[in-house]
Amino acid sequence: MMTTEDWLAWASADADRRALPELKPLLAGLAGAMRALRDADWNEDASRDLREGDAPAGDAPAGGADSAGARS
Amino acid sequence: MTVPLHFYAITELAPLIAAGHVSSVDLTKACLAEIEAHNDALRAFITVTAEEALAQARERDAEVAAGRCRGPLHGIPVSLKDLIDQRGVPTTAASHVRDGHIAAGDAPVTATLREAGAVFVGKTNLHEFAFGTTSDETAYGAVRNPHDQTRSPGGSSGGSAVAILTGMSVASIGTDTGGSVRIPAAACGAVGLKPTHGELSADGVVPLSRSLDHVGPLARSVADAWLLYLVMRGTPPSAGASWAEARRVNGLRLGVLRPYIHDILDEEVRGRFAESLAWLRQAGAKTVDVAIPHAGDTAPIYSFTSLPEAAAYHATAVADHPERYTPNVRLRIEMGRYVLAEDYARAQRGREVLRAEVDRALANVDALVLPTLPIPAPPIGAATVEVAGKTESVRNMMLRLTQLFNVTGHPAISIPCGSTSDGLPCGFQIVGRRHDTEALLAVAAACEPRVVA
Repeated sequence: MMTTEDWLAWASADADRRALPELKPLLAGLAGAMRALRDADWNEDASRDLREGDAPAGDAPAGGADSAGARS
Repeated sequence: MTVPLHFYAITELAPLIAAGHVSSVDLTKACLAEIEAHNDALRAFITVTAEEALAQARERDAEVAAGRCRGPLHGIPVSLKDLIDQRGVPTTAASHVRDGHIAAGDAPVTATLREAGAVFVGKTNLHEFAFGTTSDETAYGAVRNPHDQTRSPGGSSGGSAVAILTGMSVASIGTDTGGSVRIPAAACGAVGLKPTHGELSADGVVPLSRSLDHVGPLARSVADAWLLYLVMRGTPPSAGASWAEARRVNGLRLGVLRPYIHDILDEEVRGRFAESLAWLRQAGAKTVDVAIPHAGDTAPIYSFTSLPEAAAYHATAVADHPERYTPNVRLRIEMGRYVLAEDYARAQRGREVLRAEVDRALANVDALVLPTLPIPAPPIGAATVEVAGKTESVRNMMLRLTQLFNVTGHPAISIPCGSTSDGLPCGFQIVGRRHDTEALLAVAAACEPRVVA
């Protein structure tokens, strides 16, 4: 998935390409909101559901996606 | 001192007009005179429809003379936020993007008001495309707060609040996507109602964010807001009928939202809210603290809903004519173009969670109560403000306590609850159950005489 860092790098580069450097601080602020949105505990998450035993044993991916970083 | 008639509430004017004691023409002329005298300074109106208004007023007076009264709104001067179509009149959205536009027809809410006898005096100024909370980024000049002209009147329906406060119109119709009716009502000392989402048609209204947009009235009293709501809903009361049955304060159960809501509050705003609660308790209301567990997630959920929805509407216009937007509004639209679909989807899941939490908070109370704005009206053009010793974004502060109920769709109303030591009004927000806006209005009508200082 596109991480918050990847997204910010992509969006900032595009803002530069479009000669809109004044957009970059706003995009950085939006990246913070994106982190908060993705880290919220109400998000549905297939990998977490598998870890918690909704799938047959052995089907869960090794290591899972257990960190905020994996969802950031 | 005698209060001029054009500063009366609709509830006071309606029987006088129906009986022929007050003429709509005189009332309309008085409002037009206020516009003439004060609009250059306050910039509340973008378009003034004086000739059309006087023609409508003459027709309403002739109808009364012939024994016909359309109802309590008959002959009342009303203004429309300039996002709402009125046939034959420009809908500018306070933007040069829409230069040359003339509405081909009335929006449904305009049509219902017209049928009920309202007289349209003009279109009010706003934050460009409703994409802001201070009404200072507009192609037609920053709107000024009549309490202190160096201050914002709030927004985005800033011109509407100023119009009713200064007698330029008796009532006004605004729109509310993150608080744009309630915020200016609080900042100027008026009543502002956002009904349940979807109750009032938003057709013929320039959208900001379709799933968050609400149409709602700004008025001088809860009863007036109630009437305007009923008319726009298509169920107008007949002349002489009572439509504002207040609940008794004694026994009213109010849920006080504290966690998150009270984390950042101006001390004087906190004081006016606490005094209002004390007066309500003294009158017999029961209060209990309640919480919305994920209220702290509201801002990102709101942003990741409103930004892409706004960007979708503006995509072509901002690509073709970016220079026609005010700079900050253009940048907000541009931000929305970068939001990923998966994050929009997460935000919609978050809305379901918050909606259920607000429903649960309302389960054992008649309404939820909280301040409308955490700060008094900010200086025009200010990007930041000091609150409790910290520097905060004005935009974040203005939206902080209202946007939750756009996200969830619950009906909410702001009523005045006194002023700061600088004379800047404070707002008391009341939130009701979805699809029961009239129950909310009944609670607000009960609270109004207790909290209005």
